[in-house]
Amino acid sequence: MGGVKHFVLRLLLIVAVLAVWEFLVKLTEVPEYILPAPSRIFFAMYNGFRTNVYPQHFFVTLTETLLGFLAGTFLAFLLGTLVALSRRVEYFLYPFIVMFQAMPKVALAPLIIVWFGLGLTSKVINAALVAFFPLMVNTIVGLRSAEEDRINLMRSLAASRSQIFFMLQLPNALPYIFAGLEIAMIFALIGAIVAEFVGAERGLGMLIQSMNFNMDVAGQFSILLILSLLGLCLNGIIVLARRHLLFWEVANTGGDTDNSSQKGGSV
Amino acid sequence: MNEMNGAARAARAVSSVGRDVISVDRLSLTYGKKDTGVLALSDISFSIADGEFISIVGPSGCGKSTLLKILAGLLPPSEGQATLNGTPIKGARRDIGVVFQTPVLFPWRTVLQNVLLPADVQGLEKEKMRKRAMDLVRLVGLEGFENRYPRELSGGMQQRVGIIRALIHDPAILLMDEPFGALDAMTRETMNVELQRIWMDSRKTILFITHSTSEAVYLADRVIVMTARPGKIGDAFKVDLPRPRPLEVMNTEAFGAYVKRIRVALNADGGLD
Repeated sequence: MGGVKHFVLRLLLIVAVLAVWEFLVKLTEVPEYILPAPSRIFFAMYNGFRTNVYPQHFFVTLTETLLGFLAGTFLAFLLGTLVALSRRVEYFLYPFIVMFQAMPKVALAPLIIVWFGLGLTSKVINAALVAFFPLMVNTIVGLRSAEEDRINLMRSLAASRSQIFFMLQLPNALPYIFAGLEIAMIFALIGAIVAEFVGAERGLGMLIQSMNFNMDVAGQFSILLILSLLGLCLNGIIVLARRHLLFWEVANTGGDTDNSSQKGGSV
Repeated sequence: MNEMNGAARAARAVSSVGRDVISVDRLSLTYGKKDTGVLALSDISFSIADGEFISIVGPSGCGKSTLLKILAGLLPPSEGQATLNGTPIKGARRDIGVVFQTPVLFPWRTVLQNVLLPADVQGLEKEKMRKRAMDLVRLVGLEGFENRYPRELSGGMQQRVGIIRALIHDPAILLMDEPFGALDAMTRETMNVELQRIWMDSRKTILFITHSTSEAVYLADRVIVMTARPGKIGDAFKVDLPRPRPLEVMNTEAFGAYVKRIRVALNADGGLD
């Protein structure tokens, strides 16, 4: 696929779907609080930006997501590395890891709001918590995936443990780590939004919630559109970084590393 | 006191002419517990002289690779010991180079960077090593590929990188574990010729493990036969063919006779798998 022709067809299809949607809504006279027409959604979007309401809340959610992502993945990488390098650490942490992995992390959100309040902190912590596991699991799997022959080669050269780690295990784990980061980014966004649902004064999640109370469905749709574009951009950043850092992997981006990404567990 | 030390040193110096570089003394290895485990190597003794090219042939599973791992210091023996220049091998040593069955290249390093890996690990002088690496790259005909990544290379080229990587830190001994086993027959013969040339240029002591009898005869000064379950040393055959040996030597009667005798020795103990 690809090429200008196909790209135009793709755009036309999107326009066609929107047109049919608009037409059907007008024809059937569905009330706007059930399903708004696309034109109403774009109008809501325009209004949101014109009044500067959307940008304010957008930056709050973006900040929460990014801080949560950074905190969560940093800790996940540290702990994952400890577990991967030390069987003893793994042995003692294993019960906790298994329990937390099976638990839906978003279910903790109400508790975290109670503990850390309605402000930024609780959102960052929730986002970090949800982003934590996919990267930790992938870091462990990645660091342990170094082939035995490669380890033997390093050992035969009398390499120290830190040399084996930095020259072999870490670069070897990067495909797994990036697969984990991709999920962690999206998970951080989910974590931030869910925490805003539960209790917040600002943010796009809070905005959706309040629009829902006011039956402003067109507004909710416009926020959903913003959120999916945000998710797309955040994911794109990781994909770009991955392509840049994993230059040796161009032949098989995705593929086997995508399998590893599935080990991240639930939200 | 001083006099005695001097005498001892002199005696050592005399004995070091054509001395043994590696000597393996009643080596055994059991996987698992001593009484219940699997005996992989049993009572292995042999020695390798300085500059000698030794091939070890044996069926798969006879413990050839295990033996090589012990000599590389990757695995401690259960009994007996292996010594290198008189000191027991305990752990990896920097004067040994190992070539594995697969090239074992790091995909994130270029050819040159892969060759320089031992130098990086051992913190050797960068500029000097770089020059040496380029010489080695030229030696095996890989100039022009030094900045390529392994995935851009063919299997034979990759294994050549694996070999010169083992030479970069100038180890006295090269341990090679079926390095050409995964290559096609044509490439394999080319690599054999090349390895002979490298050995004649560098005069390293080489221990070469293979399950190909003709490869063993073609390359070695001495072929040691190993038998399986448990791995034991059988007969040794001295190969008296003039060097450098062209590939055509394989068609000669003398060559055929060596191969035949070694095959018989292998078959006597259960044969090749």
